[in-house]
Amino acid sequence: MRSILVIAKRELGSFFGSPVAYVFLVIFLLLTGFFTFTAGQFFERGEASLGAFFGWHPWLYLVLVPAVGMRLWAEERRSGTLELLMTMPITPWQAILGKFLASWIFLGIALALTFPVVVTANVLGSPDNGMIFAGYLGSLFLAGAYLAVTCMTSAMTRNQVVAFILSVVACLFLILAGFNPVTDLMVRWASPAFIDTVAAFSVVSHFDGFQKGVIDSRDLAYFLSVIGFSLFATSIVLRNR
Amino acid sequence: MIKIENLAKSFGATRAVDGISFTVERGEVVGFLGPNGSGKSTTMRMITGYYPPTSGSVSVGGHDVVESPLEAKRLIGYLPENAAAYTDMTVRGFLEFAAELRGLSGGSKRRAVARAVERCFLASVLHQSIDTLSKGFRHRTCLAQALIHEPEVLVLDEPTDGLDPNQKHEVRNLIKELGRTKAVVFSTHILEEVDAACTRAIIIDRGKIVAQGTPDELGRPLDEVFRRLTIPDTGIAAPDTVKP
Repeated sequence: MRSILVIAKRELGSFFGSPVAYVFLVIFLLLTGFFTFTAGQFFERGEASLGAFFGWHPWLYLVLVPAVGMRLWAEERRSGTLELLMTMPITPWQAILGKFLASWIFLGIALALTFPVVVTANVLGSPDNGMIFAGYLGSLFLAGAYLAVTCMTSAMTRNQVVAFILSVVACLFLILAGFNPVTDLMVRWASPAFIDTVAAFSVVSHFDGFQKGVIDSRDLAYFLSVIGFSLFATSIVLRNR
Repeated sequence: MIKIENLAKSFGATRAVDGISFTVERGEVVGFLGPNGSGKSTTMRMITGYYPPTSGSVSVGGHDVVESPLEAKRLIGYLPENAAAYTDMTVRGFLEFAAELRGLSGGSKRRAVARAVERCFLASVLHQSIDTLSKGFRHRTCLAQALIHEPEVLVLDEPTDGLDPNQKHEVRNLIKELGRTKAVVFSTHILEEVDAACTRAIIIDRGKIVAQGTPDELGRPLDEVFRRLTIPDTGIAAPDTVKP
């Protein structure tokens, strides 16, 4: 546990010691603001809810989360520090969890900084704050799932750009599998059971529940299994370096 | 302290290390010599547990590196090739990170960092970020990381590579001094280092040990012995692989 914290601490320090963290925070907040208030028509909707805010998260994270995670392992490989890390008296799992947790905490911080949206909704009306909490929780898990996928692609290569593209594609698949325009296309030739199975792999269908204020153990299990599987795959990739 | 038996490593069809065996005891400084690409780094990576061996075994302080990696790694201080370090950290931050991963904290961490800084002459760059350091300082920072927990076994991959003559001299003296109480293996392709720092040298070529012994036993001049025993990577001359 101690080693996990030591690694997480170094990783967080490295985020905030470089422009990455600040560029990310500014861009993230600007884009959430734009999507929520302009594109999402937060005010025109006339309802005190954060639907306009959370609805964009699967798409926003699609680009931003891989940008945060792409360096995690690729950079270690490129600079040779992977050798240093792996010859320290720690297990690969401690390193994997430490790095994952640090990036997840960072994404959590970014998400927490969107609090003015919650304040706005509460000033203008009386939204269901339990629902908003569930939405935030779902959004955090969504970011965690993308991040774990990025960990895996980052471990595969020493090139951050390759890691970025691979993880965007993988996360895009996780969205599209349950995205309505795509499932509508399948209606013509696939049985409803098949469509449901494919859609069950999608982050969108599992994130929807959270947005409606429902914390379903099946949705939690889904996100935790995506995270668990991706991190497990990361450990396999790292073992076969 | 280090016991290597029939160690081999293949990458696909290439046999990088081909059945080598040797031991290193406490109080010994073993120089690992060989042309580029002869398997020096690969061997060191197997000793430190970075590469799993294809066959054979490595044990450090009685712990098999594959079966009980954590126990073995605790005993080792390792300077990887090219002195890899987290360039976004300061020298102090990096050494503290290494100390914490080695399980040191509080007062013992502070003392360990101070000792390593003093030993590797890093006091003047302590708060500088590693990517602004000259090669010599960067090398010594990574060496300090390897020494931070007073390891019983030191594995140093080309510790003097890229240093100026004064720095080389300092590092050699440091290795010699450390070798009195520890088991040290270091790789080099600079032959004068064998005379300057080693109690024993092992010459390796194409993954096989072609000679070993004290510098005197190997014969002189050393560079002639070395050329006779190893194949240049241009592959023209055929050597006599005779043990002296």
